Amino acid sequence: MSALPPYATTGQRVWYYSFRVICGLIFFFLIAPIMVVIPLSFNAQDFFTFTKEMLSFDPEGYSLKHYRDFFGNPDWQDALWNSVKIAPAATLLSVSLGTLAAIGLSQPHVPFRRAIMATLISPMIVPLIISAAGMYFFYSRMGLAGTYWGVVLAHAALGIPFVIITVTATLVGFDHSLTRAAASMGANPVTTFYRIQMPLILPGVISGALFAFITSFDEVVVVIFVGSAKQQTLPWQMFTGLREQISPTILAVATILVAISIALLTTVELLRRRSERLRGMSPT
Amino acid sequence: MSDMTDTAGPVLAADGTPLKRSLARALRRQKMRALLLIAPLLIFILVSFILPVVDMLYRSVQNGIVSNTLPRTVEALADWDASTGELPDEVVFAAMAADLKDAAEAKIHTKVGTRLNYENPGMSSLFRKTGRKAKKFDIENGGPWKEELIDINKGWGEFDNWRTLQTYSPAITSGYFLNAVDMRVGTDGPEMRPEDEQIYMKLLGRTLWMSLAITSCCILLAYPVAWILANLPARKANMLMILVLLPFWTSLLVRTSAWKILLQQQGVINDILVYVGLVADDSRLVIINNQFGTIVAMTHILLPFMILPMYSVMQTINPSYLRAAKSLGATDWTAFWRVYFPQTVPGIGAGSILVFILAIGYYITPALVGGTKGTFISNQIAFHISTSLNWGLASALGAILLAVVLVLYWAYDKIVGIDNVKLG
Repeated sequence: MSALPPYATTGQRVWYYSFRVICGLIFFFLIAPIMVVIPLSFNAQDFFTFTKEMLSFDPEGYSLKHYRDFFGNPDWQDALWNSVKIAPAATLLSVSLGTLAAIGLSQPHVPFRRAIMATLISPMIVPLIISAAGMYFFYSRMGLAGTYWGVVLAHAALGIPFVIITVTATLVGFDHSLTRAAASMGANPVTTFYRIQMPLILPGVISGALFAFITSFDEVVVVIFVGSAKQQTLPWQMFTGLREQISPTILAVATILVAISIALLTTVELLRRRSERLRGMSPT
Repeated sequence: MSDMTDTAGPVLAADGTPLKRSLARALRRQKMRALLLIAPLLIFILVSFILPVVDMLYRSVQNGIVSNTLPRTVEALADWDASTGELPDEVVFAAMAADLKDAAEAKIHTKVGTRLNYENPGMSSLFRKTGRKAKKFDIENGGPWKEELIDINKGWGEFDNWRTLQTYSPAITSGYFLNAVDMRVGTDGPEMRPEDEQIYMKLLGRTLWMSLAITSCCILLAYPVAWILANLPARKANMLMILVLLPFWTSLLVRTSAWKILLQQQGVINDILVYVGLVADDSRLVIINNQFGTIVAMTHILLPFMILPMYSVMQTINPSYLRAAKSLGATDWTAFWRVYFPQTVPGIGAGSILVFILAIGYYITPALVGGTKGTFISNQIAFHISTSLNWGLASALGAILLAVVLVLYWAYDKIVGIDNVKLG
């Protein structure tokens, strides 16, 4: 596949290039819907399609008015604030508990390892509507429904599988003789953890944290059920916007969210490579 | 061997205890430490996630409301033999009058009416209307209650209403589950509902069918992409990998709104088709708010979950196998189909189960681009929780959906192993 040999027949040549075209089309299918949102968000009209002015690159056709609306509208600003307040708290909770548990799970002898792992991963597998309904009924009885902490707890539970998966993946390549070496030189377990183990698994922990953050930041089903109007987050506001009267401000919000995802993706990729280098694995 | 240990005695550790016991203790301590590290999270997940889900499942069989609101009637009805086809006697009616008076004073009579209305339409208004007069009942001196109640509302003279009451008086009911599979309790045990009332099984069938369609689309689109990613030089593959990972990291709502914008009748795709001349301006394609819209949008959203497992399997396949097959005289197609493809089956399996599990429980995307024909069972559950407030039925539907998902999850764990899930 890597290169066409010089002796290839015409049929092989045709297949080689048409295969590349097919792959190109699939990549286009993957990325185009996301990219199309970006130019549309600068539309000067309240349309969801390209106007004549936009297609002829007339500056008149473009404007920042949807962004102005996003930053000026108190509804959107409240939603943004709520998202920014909820996601870090949920992330902190899932990362601190998740990292501890991942270290525990990577020990050589863990009883019921499979069952524990299956339980911890289950929030990712159980359909969101079922989690949301269950949490709504249960948290209302505890007096947690409609409160900030109720939403944080729910989101932390949803983020945990991602932390577990990424941190255990980093720990697979962790050389346990390093901790033994530290212990033999007189370091106590806490020092060993902070000075030896933590720096090595940090990339995995940060990727897990970013996954947990984006899970909470994007989550809409659970927050609709568990939260109240006071906890209306950005995705929630988008969901109502898309359901009722669809306003082009959504495009501006979408573009901002795409920018955030690009930033997060870059960070995670850099961390993954660094982690592989640290553990002496060849970069793939 | 056994002679030697007998004469030399057990091997001792440094502190003088037998080595075997010392090792066992060390192992026990190691296990305890691991469990202590896991315990906080396990407790957290159990309380904040597992318990709420189990609690919801319990709601699908819970039916305390009838016996709590109408305790005397339930007791009196226990002796009534419904198979005779006659109305219950005066004792039952008197108990009902007393219960209704109490319930109306506590303003809870409409709740039990609503509950029974799920099973037998019309009972809600029966309780509501009777409740208004029930407050003035004189239990001690009034009566006879049979005539009086039937006089207030003819519904009390209908045999079916009493049978429903008796059927749904126990604290545990299978009623919601029967409802969820389009059945009801008839005169001789459970029976199917009439054809035009059967909605939930059809909906579940549609959910499964569409999830299957989405999974197949994902396999078809992911296979070439995973192949090219696995076979290109590392630098190029990493660049292309970003095109797969970016959608993975982009907010679900951004992707759904993008599809909503693209697929609209006045949207980008229709505009292009009209511009190219494939479609006339007055006959723009309807590609949103139907099954097609849901399948396209969800295929796009779930595609990375199929590409990533396939890619990690294909990466491990040695390219020299293909070369060997060809050198032995296989054509390109035979080499692929007989040598390469069988080795990628684990990747296809892992991706398919993951995509299917995620697809079957989707709520947001079908709600936004599915219209009425492209919705999933999740949307019906949400409807019963927030709009119709029939929580028991919502829980029963949820339990069925959860059962399907858990079977698949179990299969995934058996085939792939939970530890092998990879993200990016």
